[in-house]
Amino acid sequence: MSFIRKISNFVTGTGRMALLGGNRWYYVWLAVLVACIVQAGFAYAHQYQYGLISTNMRDSVSWGFYIGNFTFLVGVAAAAVLLVIPAYVYDWKPIKEVALFGELLAVAAIIMCLLFVMADMGRPDRFWHLIPGIGHMHLPSSIMAWDSVVLNIYLIINLSVASYLVYCGYYGIHYNRKIVVPLVILSIPMAVSIHTVTAFLYNGMAGRPYWNSAILAPRFIASAFCSGPALLLILFQILRKVSAFEIKDEAIHKVAELMAYAMAFNLFLFGAEVFKEYYSDTHHLVHYEYLFSGLHGKASPIAPYAWISLAFAVISFFLFLIPKTRRMPLTMNIGCVLIYFSVYIEKGIALIIPGFTPDQLGQVYAYVPSSTELRVAAGVFGVGFLLFTLMVKVSVAILFERGDQAAHA
Amino acid sequence: MSAEPTAPLPVPQPQTEGYSRREALVMGLFALAAAATTAGCSAADKLALDDFVAKHFRDLTPDELKDRLAQLEKKYSEQYGKSVKVSATPPIPGVLFGYALDLSRCIGCRRCVYGCVDENNQSRDPQTHWITVLEMDKEGGVNLQNADAFYDHETVPAPGKFYMPVACQHCENPPCVKVCPVEATWKEPDGIVVIDYDWCIGCRSCISACPYGARHFNWGTPSIPKEELNPVTEYLGNRPRQRGVVEKCSWCLQLTRNGLYPKCVEVCPVGARKFGNLLDPESEIRYIIENKRVFILKEELNTQPKFFYYYGL
Amino acid sequence: MTAHFRYTTSQLLAPLIFLAPSSRRDTDPLWGSMTRIRNIRLAVAGASAAVLLTVACRPVQEAGPRFGKGIEGVAKAKGVVPKPTVTLFPVAPPPFSEGAFPCSECHGLTDKVNRVPHKVDFHEEIVLQHDEKNRWCLDCHDAQHRDKLHLADGRLIDFTESYRLCGQCHGPTLRNWKAGEHGKRTGSWSGAKQYLLCASCHSPHSPHFKPLKPKAPPLRQEAIR
Repeated sequence: MSFIRKISNFVTGTGRMALLGGNRWYYVWLAVLVACIVQAGFAYAHQYQYGLISTNMRDSVSWGFYIGNFTFLVGVAAAAVLLVIPAYVYDWKPIKEVALFGELLAVAAIIMCLLFVMADMGRPDRFWHLIPGIGHMHLPSSIMAWDSVVLNIYLIINLSVASYLVYCGYYGIHYNRKIVVPLVILSIPMAVSIHTVTAFLYNGMAGRPYWNSAILAPRFIASAFCSGPALLLILFQILRKVSAFEIKDEAIHKVAELMAYAMAFNLFLFGAEVFKEYYSDTHHLVHYEYLFSGLHGKASPIAPYAWISLAFAVISFFLFLIPKTRRMPLTMNIGCVLIYFSVYIEKGIALIIPGFTPDQLGQVYAYVPSSTELRVAAGVFGVGFLLFTLMVKVSVAILFERGDQAAHA
Repeated sequence: MSAEPTAPLPVPQPQTEGYSRREALVMGLFALAAAATTAGCSAADKLALDDFVAKHFRDLTPDELKDRLAQLEKKYSEQYGKSVKVSATPPIPGVLFGYALDLSRCIGCRRCVYGCVDENNQSRDPQTHWITVLEMDKEGGVNLQNADAFYDHETVPAPGKFYMPVACQHCENPPCVKVCPVEATWKEPDGIVVIDYDWCIGCRSCISACPYGARHFNWGTPSIPKEELNPVTEYLGNRPRQRGVVEKCSWCLQLTRNGLYPKCVEVCPVGARKFGNLLDPESEIRYIIENKRVFILKEELNTQPKFFYYYGL
Repeated sequence: MTAHFRYTTSQLLAPLIFLAPSSRRDTDPLWGSMTRIRNIRLAVAGASAAVLLTVACRPVQEAGPRFGKGIEGVAKAKGVVPKPTVTLFPVAPPPFSEGAFPCSECHGLTDKVNRVPHKVDFHEEIVLQHDEKNRWCLDCHDAQHRDKLHLADGRLIDFTESYRLCGQCHGPTLRNWKAGEHGKRTGSWSGAKQYLLCASCHSPHSPHFKPLKPKAPPLRQEAIR
């Protein structure tokens, strides 16, 4: 069989696996995601026609919901792969599977990141200006340029490892450890670097005191270690139910324990930031005042979210800290959901908006996302979840449903 | 350290070689885009494609620049129904521009704001203003957290208030230039920070990075009434902008590179605005730096603005 | 000026760089060198990327004065030709009220002059709010030569030179005005300028600058749709 033939067989075969043989809920889920994507297509068409004026971003708050989601998802992408570390350290049985699902999640998350960046660009038709060779990549000075470099490398690494593993599984051949292991190991520092560089994107802006804090990157990493694993824990439990995927309770509890540490660290860093701002009580405090209450006697529209995020973080921290609630499936899953939404609000809303409010000249523009922004964002999540669902479906089919037979054949 | 670079720099590659690869790739993009459009290619389509594959300003050869300017002149002239000139006037050697503004004179009348809008073809709807005039309490001093850009009085100055107009500070160490991922904005040898509107991708990093709120984004399609368009334009300055790109004050380089004062200086009724060559010891700007005590906005950020505020009284 | 300092790091890293095709302005040595330096694109791999990021992103500080001696040095190096010192001031015409000038139309030479300060019946619209306790009309206007003003020592001057008269009391202001600091200048920053007389902005009888109606405030961003 020629290589081309093999590839085309692989593509059609996995395509069939992705779309066929699910239960009713699987197709309902797919339909929901497709609906999200279709409605977002209309919203984006409107935005493309009239420009970003159809968002609520303006000169004062020039980045908003899109970039917040982007930042959150970079964290998800990073943390998904970082889960490989404890898998190695504690020698969990299905290490290959943990790595594979982590990488698939990373791939989906990075694709969502890139879509959010494209949605946020004023001139998406000029994306080619960023391509080395034909464009002008402003290296080494622009962190945005670095970010596009590391995100794309990270995407390529994870995409190639994941598709190589699936490809090998499809044909029942043993993957080449000499290729896979170094790439998986390389993806670990890359995971740290994508989130660090993304943090530096904000961190390096001296004119924005809310971001210009040395603990921003550590906070990014700590919070990502909460949100990424939260998604994977839920995924593992679902897979354990519906497929032959096996992961021991101890492994799940271990992840939950690690999340408790990460959340503790995240809360500690946040507390350090809050102390510094409120105790020193300089002009830079205005951004925290906008985050938690409001300015000039006007309530901030994001304050409720900030408090919800903080409350979720504290509750989930205790849920994961106490061994009993950590081990009980119900409370653990509640904890996962709370952690996920806590970090989602923290990155999506509480990171970006207060950084711009009040603006550089002290003016307050109370930004809340427009319906276009919400709809486009829903579509991007639709694309990401759809991709992730299909990829997981294929992987499960290959690894647990026919992979064993193929390996024995 | 000597002012001239002493380390031998590698010889630049011959231009033809450097461009062939780039050209080929750009042409590839061009072909892709062409294929994507309908088979019949109208003049408007052609122009759209030319805009799409437009090169970075600093990559244009003199001939290409001439063609591009002619092309833009034709486009704008048709669009606005009058003869529009687009130039690319180079900086004057030996000139480093500087600006000074006397806070004790400014009365906050906003003549500069609207003079600038007219001269520099800022969008009327959606509204874009390159200059923001801040009103602050005399007793509070320069305190941006108590600044109000939206004051509306019968007459100015209002009792107890003073005014601080802010626009691009033309930093010697501009954070906006540093963060741009595609080198669409840079500092010219005469100190003016410019933007190539045909290269900007609209990521707005520069807006985040600018500590002075000087950069403005074209959120919608900019519009200027035909009769109000200033037809004397510059490629890196006041030519009509597109949707989705960033713009800001260019110190009226269409005027200043031809020896004239910027429009805001011309229209200021109180003479609070001063402009000149920092390298000329006889200039007004140097007189002010020497004889008044000047300050710069947010000096702690080390942006090194060439825009100086001072109290003339 | 600073560009050479700023890009020093890049120059030190010269062996690592590929130079991009330079610009059309390569013929100009100053511009050419700066453009070349700016067009630097670094082809970096692996660890050197991190090193470059840390090293080259850092703006290089320069010591010494920014403008002052430093500028003059550069100005000399760049061959700036000093302008000839301005001696005559190209001022806009004096802002006379309609039909007020020449004064000799009404004031004949033979008028009897009352030199004791008193209220004048005719020029009712003039309210003197300019050190009015100590001064009156004939401190500036000349009784014998009605179309002229006179300095404190009696020397006659034209209305177009009235700044000399104002400068008798407002010396530092005159000095700043001559230098272009005080008052509005229009025209060319490098060449011919148009000056305004003191009286163009400050009525000599009531010099306080009059309040103006401001132009419209900018739209609030909530209103930009």
